[in-house]
Amino acid sequence: MGVIGRKAVGSRDLIARFLTHAALVFAAAVIGLPFLWMLTTALKSPAEVYIFPPVWWPSELRLDNFATAWRSAPFGRFYVNSIVTATSGVALEIAVAALSAYAFARIKFRYRDQLFIVLLAAMMIPGQVALIPNYVVLKHLGWINTYRGIVIPHVSSVFGAFLLRQYFLTIPESLYDAAEIDGMGHFKTLFFIALPLARPVVGTLALYLFISKWNSYLWPLIVTNTQNMRTLPVGLAMLRQAEYAIGPEHLMAASIFVLVPVLVVFFIAQKQLIEGIAAGAVKG
Amino acid sequence: MAKRAQLVHGSADKTRKRLSSREKRDAAAFIGFTFPNFLLLGVFVFWPIIYSLYLSFFRWNMIAPRKTFIGLANYRTMIGDAVFWQSMRNTLVLAAAVVVVKIGIALFLATLLNRKMRMRGAYRAIIFSPTFTTSVAIAMVWGWIFDPNFGLLRVFINAVGLRSPNWLGDVQWALPAIIIVVIWSGVGYDMVIFLAGLTNISQEYYDAAQVDGATPWQCFWRITVPLLSPTTFFLTIVSVIGALKAFDIVAIMTEGGPLNSTNVIVYYIYQNAFQWFKTGYASALAVVLFAIIMIITLAQTRLSKRWVHY
Repeated sequence: MGVIGRKAVGSRDLIARFLTHAALVFAAAVIGLPFLWMLTTALKSPAEVYIFPPVWWPSELRLDNFATAWRSAPFGRFYVNSIVTATSGVALEIAVAALSAYAFARIKFRYRDQLFIVLLAAMMIPGQVALIPNYVVLKHLGWINTYRGIVIPHVSSVFGAFLLRQYFLTIPESLYDAAEIDGMGHFKTLFFIALPLARPVVGTLALYLFISKWNSYLWPLIVTNTQNMRTLPVGLAMLRQAEYAIGPEHLMAASIFVLVPVLVVFFIAQKQLIEGIAAGAVKG
Repeated sequence: MAKRAQLVHGSADKTRKRLSSREKRDAAAFIGFTFPNFLLLGVFVFWPIIYSLYLSFFRWNMIAPRKTFIGLANYRTMIGDAVFWQSMRNTLVLAAAVVVVKIGIALFLATLLNRKMRMRGAYRAIIFSPTFTTSVAIAMVWGWIFDPNFGLLRVFINAVGLRSPNWLGDVQWALPAIIIVVIWSGVGYDMVIFLAGLTNISQEYYDAAQVDGATPWQCFWRITVPLLSPTTFFLTIVSVIGALKAFDIVAIMTEGGPLNSTNVIVYYIYQNAFQWFKTGYASALAVVLFAIIMIITLAQTRLSKRWVHY
């Protein structure tokens, strides 16, 4: 605002600036309102839930809705399942990605270009097409309703391998040469030279993978068949079934359990994540 | 360090023998390093295409040890299956609405944000936030927002003097409701991609246009839109493929109903395979979905050369 005072800004410019902010505030409100509605509903008493016009802010905050929601299903167990499958999935996928990224960036091999095209082709195949065959394979392996079954089919890496390969290619040749002279093999060079240098990229990739694994619904839904193996999104979705017979305030409270970790990760690292997405898409 | 590097090059050139043994070592390392990825991709990405095609010629309930070969019968069933066509139509409507409305709004917001301003980061973060939000939770809260009696949306609809439709329970309104949620959750991603595209457009074009007396409106249509066409094209393809893969929102909010008015192709595959155990038929549907996505992806590489103006 100080800028406007100091410089003689035309009134047309002022109006344009006002309209820009008005439009953006409106857009942010449209996006933010459902989140706010989720939160206020989760804090309402049943009497204030079923009322129209709605109460914007509950007269008394019913924090016990969260306790009721937590007890309505084994949410502690869902949390463990989600944390175990998401973190182990991220670790495995990054390992797989780093190994193949390094190979495509640094190791000479006669069929490297052809294999790179194979990797490219994999990106075009949607996971939704693979549901039935993956289920059949897992059944043969005896992995249905296990952590392995949830995790392993989704730790192959195309996007991550590309991203890390791009980064490894930017590391100066002389560093790789130095590593070789010091008697480091490819494996050591990857772990002690390339990966530490790529830490920011690996970090962004890890956050991105964590969020997408945490949020995934369709595959864990298919591959789990007992309540104690469900991940948070699957467990949350099941709450809507009639057997639970819980109100919207509890559904919203339970939704918040599921959302909190991703929203925390997002708002801590939002700049990094948004810029990573933009950069990835523009290059790709 | 330079000295050391020279030394390596020198010794590498000297002996052919060591080079070939090095080649072998490298080949072994390459195979070892890429093996985990290619094994996983082979089993869980490439094999499923072949196996889906194979299963699509059979009748099978996923449990029985025997599969019955029925040739093209699954594909013939599909041609006469009204629900299949309905789900294709819904998917198309979803794709078209999402492409036009979502990308339009995203471009508008991106042009507003494409300057130095207060709160820029906050606007961007808030509008982007649904991208990373658990879709199941999004579907939960929107299901409650669409509640015809106590929902938040009814407030705004009543405010403009209309009566709230029974959104998710009405054959006419359920698909529009799904479309609203998909746009709400995806607009921020498109906006961020447009913002990245906008920063690549040189300010010189706008300066030159201003000298020639162009209005902001003319600048937008004659400079911004054509120069953003690669980004718009990319987002169109991503959005169409996203609509073809839609599942979570539909599964939670409507389960494809009422009367299949929101059924989409992936949800129909899921119903056939994992609720009704028509594995063969579901595989045939998956093959068709795969073919459609392949055609779009291949068309993308062809058309991007013709349509996109740099």
